[in-house]
This record gives sequence, structure tokens and C-alpha cells, in this order.
Amino acid sequence: MSSTTAEATNTSSSKQTMGRGRRVALIGITMLVLMSVTRVWSGYDDLTSSGTVGAALRLTVPILLAGLAGLWAERVGILNIGIEGMMILGTWFGAFGAWKWGPWVGLVLAVIGGMLGGVIHAVATIRFNIDQVISGVVMNLFAFFGVRYLSELLFVGQPQGGISQSPPQSSAIPRIDVPFLSGGPIGSWTTPDIFGWFEERHWFLLGDLAGVLKGLTSNLSLASLIAVLLVPISAWVLWRTAFGLRLRSSGEAPEAAESLGVNVIKVRYIGLLISGGFAGLGGGFLSIVSSSYYRQGQTAGRGFIGLATMIFGNWRPSGVLGGAAVFGYSEGLKLVAGGSITGLFLFIALVSALVLIITLSAPVMRRLVTTAVIGVLAFLAYLTVDEVPESLTQSLPYVVTLVVLATASQRLRPPARAGVPYRPGGAH
Amino acid sequence: MSADKSGGPLARILTPSRASALRTSGTTVASSLGAIAIALTICAILLAVTGKNPIDAYSTIIETGASGNKLLEMMRRATPLIFSATAVAIGFKMNIFNIGVEGQYLFAALIAAEAGSHLALPGVIHIPVILAVAMIAGAAWASIAALLKVFKNVHEVISTIMLNYIALSVIQWLFENFFRDDSGGGLNVKTTLLPESAHMPDLVDGRLNAMFIVALVTVAIFWVVVYRSRFGFRLRASGFNATAAATAGIDARRMTIIALLLSGAVAGLVAMQSVTGEAFAYGPNATPIQFGFAGITVALLGRNHPVGIVVAALLFGFLDSTSAELQLAAVPNSIVKVMQAIIVLTVVIVNEATIRRMNIRTAERARNELAAGGAA
Repeated sequence: MSSTTAEATNTSSSKQTMGRGRRVALIGITMLVLMSVTRVWSGYDDLTSSGTVGAALRLTVPILLAGLAGLWAERVGILNIGIEGMMILGTWFGAFGAWKWGPWVGLVLAVIGGMLGGVIHAVATIRFNIDQVISGVVMNLFAFFGVRYLSELLFVGQPQGGISQSPPQSSAIPRIDVPFLSGGPIGSWTTPDIFGWFEERHWFLLGDLAGVLKGLTSNLSLASLIAVLLVPISAWVLWRTAFGLRLRSSGEAPEAAESLGVNVIKVRYIGLLISGGFAGLGGGFLSIVSSSYYRQGQTAGRGFIGLATMIFGNWRPSGVLGGAAVFGYSEGLKLVAGGSITGLFLFIALVSALVLIITLSAPVMRRLVTTAVIGVLAFLAYLTVDEVPESLTQSLPYVVTLVVLATASQRLRPPARAGVPYRPGGAH
Repeated sequence: MSADKSGGPLARILTPSRASALRTSGTTVASSLGAIAIALTICAILLAVTGKNPIDAYSTIIETGASGNKLLEMMRRATPLIFSATAVAIGFKMNIFNIGVEGQYLFAALIAAEAGSHLALPGVIHIPVILAVAMIAGAAWASIAALLKVFKNVHEVISTIMLNYIALSVIQWLFENFFRDDSGGGLNVKTTLLPESAHMPDLVDGRLNAMFIVALVTVAIFWVVVYRSRFGFRLRASGFNATAAATAGIDARRMTIIALLLSGAVAGLVAMQSVTGEAFAYGPNATPIQFGFAGITVALLGRNHPVGIVVAALLFGFLDSTSAELQLAAVPNSIVKVMQAIIVLTVVIVNEATIRRMNIRTAERARNELAAGGAA
């Protein structure tokens, strides 16, 4: 109760000073400026190149979908540790469908596969009331070995298929370059590549902006577009429709919702179905768009990283998108230009310096010291470390998760009743 | 027992009378067996739907079991599961879900194997030293999650999973750059082989080593510490209801740290059967993986109870040991793992339903007694 009022006053006070959207925009612009400074200073052009950003987008999407899957589940009051497993089901069913009937059918099957996981989790936690974390963990194991069993039945003996791998797909989801912005063709005429032209100039700020925009508008898979559109759709359904109100109320105050005629059980089933569908789609993206076959271990913990983005996205779709982008970027950079990662140390040092300047006006001694120490350490690391070993950069997304959770978890507000079992008629 | 001194009403909840304890454990066994029957039925349906003959599969499993020559292999396969499940169960007693056993034991295996290969000690000391190093390394890796939880409020489910992935990176980095020993030649690279004095005593013809005994001792210690010591009482009380326990002076943060450290220490022993008795080193392809996750299912199946854990580990060890025979009978052996997951899920569900029914019955009985008392 106290946390609810704190949240209410918190948002209202911040609304008086600056709108949420404007604040996000300001942070975004500041980050771009700092990134641009970092690029010019360090000379790592790949930090903001369209190649890096394009890879970042492709790597963001599965994490984003996993985060949204977590969001839909927790907003109706069910923890979903099983997202990883539902994604695994999505990778397998997606690859199977895409191999047999083409990529679009594959994506649909991936959603259905994820929903299957959602139904199992729902029956276990809603119908039988077992611990939600336990059910989720068992779901992960079940999915991992379940698809292994299915692979043994269906993929073994196929060309290039095996117990841990599906046969490759013959066709892919179309990718587009946006005309005029990134040089996409209209008919047979190749339009000018405006962003590309600016990017090649490497001008301060303008070159970086163009690189980012070109990365987002060229070689863009239609599946990525759909996934990103699911962010505003989720926000609209959850916060602007009566159905969304029912969903959120069964995660915040199920007894109150029930007393107003909401069928909490049914709403929770729907929430978990949607959650499973999102997770499955994320898995399908991995096996159909990011690659052209299913491989064991393809999800590589993205379900859990998605959960982390949900937490520090404060259980909001836009926050999930922001968090997923951070991961997608760090992974994309690792993939495209692993050597540029040392440049990130300089970036961290610059961000710390800026935070230091801002918080100097309202001195909080401990936070000041921590920020200063981080900044100095990051700068020293930039000066001394030539190259971060490949084996350690592998763990970058997971380290980022821990650091962000450790620094951001204080001011967050989860749905009040997420994780608490609910029996209808339980109100007294 | 010191429980009554520190608890009062809490003690009554946590230490039920002997009669009711007996009734509870009877019901537990019955409901677990029922759940396993249901799970086997579900698996049979699954097999039939996917075009495999369930009768073939089950008769293969039963024949393999009846022939008796799998007994040693069952015990060998159960050994790491017992450690891993005990590690998970220690966490559960404090209401902490340690999913990081996987990373903890692999990290411990690397450190202990490397440390052990540099020491020259008599066997009586050498082996215990290696095991101690493994426990310390496991606890050290678990301590990261403990500190994050206590000081930064990061949920251990997320942090331990992340730490599993980070552990893999760190292990790979340490191994490739510092600990790798190529003198053995071949593709299967390992750390430097342990000297003779560090080899775990063999029990039966190289098919079972003394780690099985260590596992049973560990479970026994787990039972004494958790169920018969003042500390164990405080641990369970804090896990049961941290707020209530705090009023009795039990610091939940301290309990969290201790529980995760102990859990990590026991996790450190998971791969010791392989390191000290089979591969005599750590190696990316020599050290068994996935036991951390398997331990979770064993702990759940064994209801976090020492006896339950041993029985569940033996059951899973037996099921795992049948995989070669299943493959010969043209049944994909991954069905064994699917079967295990389904068994755990049904056991947990059936237990939950049983507990609820028992609670309702107890409430009814109390109501009837009260009504009878009121009438008289």
C-alpha cells in the first residue's frame, strides 16, 4: 500500500517537471552525444556504425519479446521463469514449420509452441496452485529435453539434421531497405541512400545519428518490424482498453477485481497464453530470422535476460524495449566488432562524469563516491586494456544484467500480487 | 532439542507431533507413488502419440532393472545428483532458490582440480584438501549471488542464472589462458592430472568410488544440521516466515548469506566424483555438465528431505542408466529426461493437492470437534 502511494506521488511530481516522453528523449539524445564523443575520441567507428546497430536490432528482438512475455505474465499476477523453456519450444516448432512449410508458417507454429508452454504453466500454477517459480523451472527442463526427444524422432536422418539441430530452411522472411533513407529500390530504380551517405562522412553527431538510423532502416526483416510494433500494441491494450484494465487488476488486486465481476482465473489464463505466445515468437525469431535452422541451446538464456529487462523496465513495455536495446547493442557490438568493446569503457567513464556533474547539485555523498570510482576505473581500463579476451566478452550481456539489476532495483514497482497464488472466493 | 527455547509458537508449527509426522510422511509416500504412476501414464501416452510403443519402452526399463547389473551404475550416477539436490534443498529450507548450482560446481571443479594438481601430500590429507578447496570455491561463487540479494535486493533466481553463464565464460578464460595442460596430447584437453595420492579410493572394480559414501555422509550431516540443530531451526524458521522469525531475533539477511554459502559449498562437491575418481582432472569435455539443473528436479522430487533426496537420486540414476538399453530397443533415450521432468511436475502438483485436501480435512475435523463441544 505504502509503495503504491509512493509511486503515485513519484510520478505526479516528475510529471510536473517534465513529461515521461520528453525525459526519455532527453536521455536518448544525451547518450547519443556521449557515444559520438566516445567514437571520435577512441576512433572505434563501429560503435555507431549501421552494421553494429543493425545487428543490435536483430539481437534486441528476441530479448524484447521475452521481456514482453514476462510483462504479460506478471501483469496478470503470475511469475514466469519458464519463458526460456517457452522460447525453446518456439525455436523448435518455428524451425520445424519453416523447414516444412516456409518461414511465415514457422513463425505461427513458434507462437503456438510457446502457447503450449504457457498452457502447461497456467494449468500448473492457476489450476493446481503450485509454486510459480518451481513450475517455471520444470517447464524449462521439460522444454529442453522435450524438443531433444522430438528432434530425435523428426530431425535425425534428415539432411544436415540431427538430435541437436534441424535441417536448414530453404527460404527466409523478406528483408527490406527503406527507399530514399537507406537506398531501397522502388521497382527497378535504386533510390539514393541518404543515411548511408551521411554515415560515410563520419561527422561528429550527424554521422552517428545517420549510422544508427541506417542500421534501423536497412536490411530490416519484416519480422523485426512486427516485433517492435508489439511494444505500442502491448502498451495500448494493457493501459487503454477495458480488457487491459481487467488484466492488470488481476495482477494488482485480484480480490477487488473479482468483486467487480472480473473472472480472475480466466484473465490469468489469457495472460499466460499471450505470454507464452510472445516467448514462442521470440524463439521462432531466433531459429527463423537470426539463423535458418534450430540448434540446441540457441536461446542461450535470453528468456532470463528478457525477465531482467522487464524488471528494470519497471514492468512497462517501453522500459522493456529500452532494456532489451541495451542488451542487443552490447551483443551486437561483440558480434560485429569485438575489439570496440574497450571503447565502451570510455563511454562508461563519460556517463559517470556526466552523472557526477548532475548529482553535484544535490550531493548524496555515497552515490557521488561510487560514481566517481566507477568513472575513474572505467577510464583507467580504457587506457590500459588493449583487448578484452573473447571468452570474457561472451559474458557481457549477463554481467550487464547483474550490474543493471543491482543499480536499478531500488525504485521499481512490480505488480502487487505477482507470484502470489490466488483462489477464487478468497476475499474475506 | 533447543528449538523450544528460541521459538514458542513457531516451534509448534515447525516440529509437529510424532503421530502427525508419521501420518504426513505416510501420505507423502503414497501421494508420490500415485504421482509417479500418473506421470508414467502421461509418458506412455506421449510415446504412443509419437509412434513409439510404450510397452516396449517400459518393459526394457523393467528388464534392465530386474537384471540387477545396473545397481552399481545407478549408485554411481546418483552420487552427483545427491550433492546437487542437497545444495538446492539447503537453499529451499531458507526459501532461497539456488538455480546456480551448475555454475558453482563447474567453477569449483576447475579450481579444485588445478589446486590439487599442484599439491604433494599424503592421500589421507590430499583428498580432503581438494574437497575443501572445491567447497570453498563453490561457496565463493555462490557468495556473489548472496551479496547481490542481501545488499542490492537482486532476486537470486535471476542472479544465479546469470552467474551460471558468467561462470562458463570465466572458466573458459581461466582454462584456456592459465590452467590448460597440453602435455597429455590428443583432443581431450584437461588440467594437469592429479597425482596418485589424490585419487579417490575405489569401492568396486572401478565402477563406484568413495564419493558415493561422501554423498551419503553429506546427506546425513544435512539432516542433522537442518532438522536437529539450533541453527537449522533458525534457518527453517526464517525461511518459513522471515518477519515472524525476525521478531524472535533471527536475522534474515545473515541466514540468507549462510544458506547460500552452505548451498554453494555442497554444490562444489558435485563434480568431485569425476575430478578425483574418473578423469583425475578438470576438462571441458571430461567434466560432466547439467547436474545443477538435474539436482533441482531431484530436490523437488525428494521434497527437500534427506531420505527423499537419496531415493529420488537413485531413481533418476537408475532411469539414466537404462538409456543405452532404450536406444537398443529403438526408443529415443531422451524420453528418460522428459519422463523425469513430467514425474517431477506431477509429484509437485499431486503433493500440493494432497496438502490442500489434508488442510481442509483438518479444518473440518476441528470444526466438528468444536461443534460437538458446543452442543455438550
